[in-house]
Amino acid sequence: MPECAFAPWTDPGAEPLIRFRNVTKRFGDFTAVRDLTLDIYEHEFFALLGPSGCGKTTMMRMLAGFETPSSGHIELAGQNIVPVPPNKRAVNMMFQSYALFPHLNVWDNIAFGLKRDGMPKDALRERVAEMLKLTHLERFARRKPHQISGGQRQRVALARSLAKAPKLLLLDEPMGALDKKLRQETQFELMDIQEKTGTTFVIVTHDQEEAMTVASRVAVMDEGELIQVATPSAIYEAPNCVYVADFIGDVNIIEGAAHRAGEDRYTVHWADGQAPLMAASDKAFSPAQNAFLAIRPEKVLVTAERPADAVNAIQGRIHDIAYLGNISTYHVEVAGGRMLKAQTANTRRIENRGFTWENRVWLSWDSTAGVLLER
Amino acid sequence: MRLSWFNITSLTLGFAFLYLPMIILVIYSFNESRLVTVWTGFSTKWYGELLSNQAFLDAAWVTLKVAVFSSTLATVLGTLAAYALVRGARFPGRTLFSGMIYAPLVMPEVITGLSLLLLFIGIGLDRGVLTIVLAHTTFAMCYVSVVVSSRLVSFDQSLEEAALDLGCSPWDAFRLVTLPIIAPAVISGWLLAFTLSLDDLVIASFTTGPSATTLPIKIFSAVRLGVSPEINALSTLMIAVVTLGVIIASLISKRNFVREQQGVAGRH
Ligand SMILES: Nc1ncnc2c1ncn2[C@@H]1O[C@H](COP(=O)(O)OP(=O)(O)OP(=O)(O)O)[C@@H](O)[C@H]1O
Ligand SMILES: [Mg+2]
Repeated sequence: MPECAFAPWTDPGAEPLIRFRNVTKRFGDFTAVRDLTLDIYEHEFFALLGPSGCGKTTMMRMLAGFETPSSGHIELAGQNIVPVPPNKRAVNMMFQSYALFPHLNVWDNIAFGLKRDGMPKDALRERVAEMLKLTHLERFARRKPHQISGGQRQRVALARSLAKAPKLLLLDEPMGALDKKLRQETQFELMDIQEKTGTTFVIVTHDQEEAMTVASRVAVMDEGELIQVATPSAIYEAPNCVYVADFIGDVNIIEGAAHRAGEDRYTVHWADGQAPLMAASDKAFSPAQNAFLAIRPEKVLVTAERPADAVNAIQGRIHDIAYLGNISTYHVEVAGGRMLKAQTANTRRIENRGFTWENRVWLSWDSTAGVLLER
Repeated sequence: MRLSWFNITSLTLGFAFLYLPMIILVIYSFNESRLVTVWTGFSTKWYGELLSNQAFLDAAWVTLKVAVFSSTLATVLGTLAAYALVRGARFPGRTLFSGMIYAPLVMPEVITGLSLLLLFIGIGLDRGVLTIVLAHTTFAMCYVSVVVSSRLVSFDQSLEEAALDLGCSPWDAFRLVTLPIIAPAVISGWLLAFTLSLDDLVIASFTTGPSATTLPIKIFSAVRLGVSPEINALSTLMIAVVTLGVIIASLISKRNFVREQQGVAGRH
């Protein structure tokens, strides 16, 4: 797994490729990006995730040079790039709309940036051929953009932005228009290209699954601010707030009062007359501090009887069952009308399922299964 | 919907109203008789006479020169003005400027001509081909800029950004991406300016000097002495040139429209 070996952000001596320093971007009196400080390292595949209008595109456009920060500065390989115009930056952007030149064929579109650099003819031809091969577009080299399919067009846009072998490639929702299968293929293609070329990628996506698949690190944004930057697994397993936990994947949030119960262990009193829940946390909580316990549904076990050795167990009544093919999600009503979700893999045929509506069941999980959050 | 008698009648009347005078002119240009109103037989001799009439040939040459230079100049200036107004950074009073560029469209020609005349006298410019070229450029430029800016408004700006991103200077981005894509509009603009210059009488007569007589001026002064079949022949030729220009311009914009539609259709 490259993820274990590749983690420059943990190395304090590593020089980041991109450095956002207190960058703020205002449009009139509206703040699109607020006081953003972020390092992105070479060879990273960095994903930006966040709801619509949270400033992802604005951030990319500042990197590409189409917007100037209202304050703060941006460094690329140690150089302040704010005063550098877009055509002088070693950054290429793949536009969400592809922005292919309609009057040029696929070959000329890909060669466009290389010609601007005055690359010798032979080298240029070779490079374009290489790009065509990489994106499986050899057969379409002579076609105009309106004569190829959406997926092919997307690959032309990718080839065009890759051709100059930029230090940094910005992809703004590069797969928004593709169907699931083509999207997955392209994701793997991108990762492959990234491995071959060593380019640093920053990708904007609305699709959290995509971010989890391709990214070395994920940044979750909200209203122009970074909420958490971490590896996909860390974001998923250890979100730093309820917002992130909720944004990435499905989660149960149980609110309650935390009390210290030993080394890095807390009990959470979540409902009157119910046994407190046990949770591990390396964060410190003051006595009776309000806390949120976040547990992924797939970590919750559904059983008919209370498991003998269960640390946390809650009894409830099955309210609904969502059958999703490979998995089933049980919506279970517990004390105080609260609804909890539990997911199980469907290893048995549907008619052999153990539980049905209105059944009384036990939900249980380990003390390390959940994350205790302050907000 | 089927054409009713009413529709057919109104269409016929309308087109007759528009084209009958011209058709009569064209027909009489092939009349053998020197008397304009009496048909005696078919002949192309007036076209021959025309070609040996040095005064007409000189006027034709002046007109052509004026039209080519002024429409080219108007196209360059009009395109740049349209680009600046559509694309340029927002500055206070931009709307006012955009509106002002269209003023010559609605300004009575007499006034445009008169003010240009006053200007040329004021700065002591000898009136001749140069002054007509300048005058025609002034009023044709706004037509070009209308045609070009309507194309630029629908132009996807991310194409220019992509060009910059790939290493173009702003001028290269304009030259290599914007211009080729808006070329049909620019060419239509040029043809429009060309035909406008060809048949302008009012502004040309205000700004011309003794050395430069354009065809419309020549025809107008000749007709005052009586209509001759030669004038008919000359006018027929001018109608042909203008018609050709208009047809080419509309074909270009139509073809471009079709291509754009295809592009849009292919995109989804
Ligand atoms: N040129 C502009 N003028 C004014 N406001 C702008 C401009 N560009 C962006 N904004 C605003 O800034 C905010 C962030 O925009 P941005 O395009 O970065 O969002 P985004 O995160 O990319 O959203 P999406 O996921 O929908 O693409 C939005 O609220 C948007 O309305
Ligand atoms: Mg966006």
